[in-house]
Amino acid sequence: MTVTKTTALLAEDVGVSIKDTVLLRNVSLSIDEGSWMSIIGPNGAGKSTLLRALAGSVKPEGRIDIFGQDVQKISGRERAKLVSWVPQTPTIPQGMNVLDYVLLGRTPHLSPLAVPSTADVEIAQNILAELDLSEMSGRTVETLSGGERQRAVIGRALVQEAPILLLDEPTSALDLGHQQEVLRLLDRLRQNSRRTIITTMHDLTLAGQFADQLILLADGGVVAEGSAVSVLTEKHISAYYGAEVHVNRQGNSVLVVPRIDQADSAPFPERAPHSPTNPENSHGN
Amino acid sequence: MNTRPAATKITWLVGAAVFVVVAIVTALVIGPTSIDRTGTLLELFDAVTPGDIDSGLNERQISIVRNLRLPRIALGLLVGAALATAGATYQGVFQNPLADPYLLGVAAGGGLGATIAFIYDLGDGRGFLDMVQILAFIGALSSVALTWTIGVLGDRTRASTSLILAGVAVASFFTAIQTFLQQQDTDDLRQVYTWFLGGLNTSGWTEVLQLFPVAAICLTLLALAGRTLDILSVGDDEASMLGLSVGRTRIVLVVVASLLTAAAVAVSGLIAFVGLIVPHTVRLLFGSSYRVIVPMSIAVGAGFLVLSDLVARTALTPAELPIGVVTAFFGAPFFVVILRTASRT
Repeated sequence: MTVTKTTALLAEDVGVSIKDTVLLRNVSLSIDEGSWMSIIGPNGAGKSTLLRALAGSVKPEGRIDIFGQDVQKISGRERAKLVSWVPQTPTIPQGMNVLDYVLLGRTPHLSPLAVPSTADVEIAQNILAELDLSEMSGRTVETLSGGERQRAVIGRALVQEAPILLLDEPTSALDLGHQQEVLRLLDRLRQNSRRTIITTMHDLTLAGQFADQLILLADGGVVAEGSAVSVLTEKHISAYYGAEVHVNRQGNSVLVVPRIDQADSAPFPERAPHSPTNPENSHGN
Repeated sequence: MNTRPAATKITWLVGAAVFVVVAIVTALVIGPTSIDRTGTLLELFDAVTPGDIDSGLNERQISIVRNLRLPRIALGLLVGAALATAGATYQGVFQNPLADPYLLGVAAGGGLGATIAFIYDLGDGRGFLDMVQILAFIGALSSVALTWTIGVLGDRTRASTSLILAGVAVASFFTAIQTFLQQQDTDDLRQVYTWFLGGLNTSGWTEVLQLFPVAAICLTLLALAGRTLDILSVGDDEASMLGLSVGRTRIVLVVVASLLTAAAVAVSGLIAFVGLIVPHTVRLLFGSSYRVIVPMSIAVGAGFLVLSDLVARTALTPAELPIGVVTAFFGAPFFVVILRTASRT
């Protein structure tokens, strides 16, 4: 059986500037429905800004289409039915219990003054069970551990039931077990319900393990894109992260391990700037 | 949102209803004039039921109960509910625990309007659509409109902060004009001062009937907006990504809360503390969901102001204390007790 590929999200020449500071420039990308893209890059590369632009949270230059609709031309409510967003540092409301918090994700599906129905509560409870948070549902969110809180925020995004999930560092506060659990859940959603996942990630090995496509950003521009094997190279990581690493490849898997045997290496090696003339700017495809 | 067990919600609602009923009954049977309590209660039943009940009270006593105490209690219920709910709404909209109904300059604007009416002898603040009330209402809403206009001209990414700062500037400006006008005509100083301290002196049911339609509509809308206020509590960015039109929602809620405050201020002057203390007390006792805070603030605000007014009119009989003095004098220590109790649990 042939599965028709639908473009879930298309960005053309996207740029974001705040006053005179350019945060993102000329980013073009396309992601098919049901696939996973990870945006990687060093601190300050523009990963979160790109995610926010894709989410419609900041108004970019260029054009972003979600399932063929210009993101700037659809209402916030319609956009929230298509895209859910997990911010890097979410605002945790004081005194709100976990179930109430996760149910906020049903907002785009409810009329303005309506309250969640039994069906909405059931959807939220199912997600809480999948995220191993059922027992916490009556606790206030601020009393949860960092990892539990992160899962609650992800739960809110999943309850939104949008076909595109944008997650800014979704595993940064999670232990190894919960990292795997959350990423596997996202992968299951991708495979079973053709959700499209776009994440920013600092853990390059995990990014390579789960994503079909990687985009490496530096200084607000795309410097490499493609499969994990083509993007996660020692050369790229050295040039843009200023890090010395071993990259071990096994089939399509890539393991990125920091090198600690460089006693004489400088603590913060020079990083390659992003410029049109830099040889590292050749895309890795 | 509040997905607490239904039994808990029912207990709270019943508790709030009992508090309001106790406040009404207490305020009705106690007053500077000694009236038979059973007779007073029978008179209340006679007033609210279709049948004819003989309370055993004489004409004068019936008049005191029906035309003085009852309208005053009704006004207290409406003004208390209005100020507490407007305060809760402002706190939710601006995500600022110090927000009260007078945040955007309502007090200063209303004060200026009332001062103009007093010094030009346009009214005395009592009766249906008295000029003091009309000018206080217009002044209160004008100050909010001016604050909003200045606030949105500022940094849009800091819209809430800009609005609050604009409110401070507008309030200072209106207060300066009010003080200047008051200095020109010191004969009315006492009247103006009394108005600023607030009160529920009525000329009967007229003020109640005047406030009721605005209060009923605004309170209903705000009670239904509890979940919207909960969504705002995750911040503008996240609320927007959840599909909420943050800017439009904020405008609607501020307009409704300001209208409610202005209508209350027009008939009762400035009653301090209710809009701040009641929502916080409710929050400490019943949790932080606005789906609980708003309806409970309506009930607790209503009951609290009726009891405060009871103290105001009976503590120094035959004189009356300004109600603002009572709300602050009893409200502040009570709030400290609640705060300490809640922090221990």
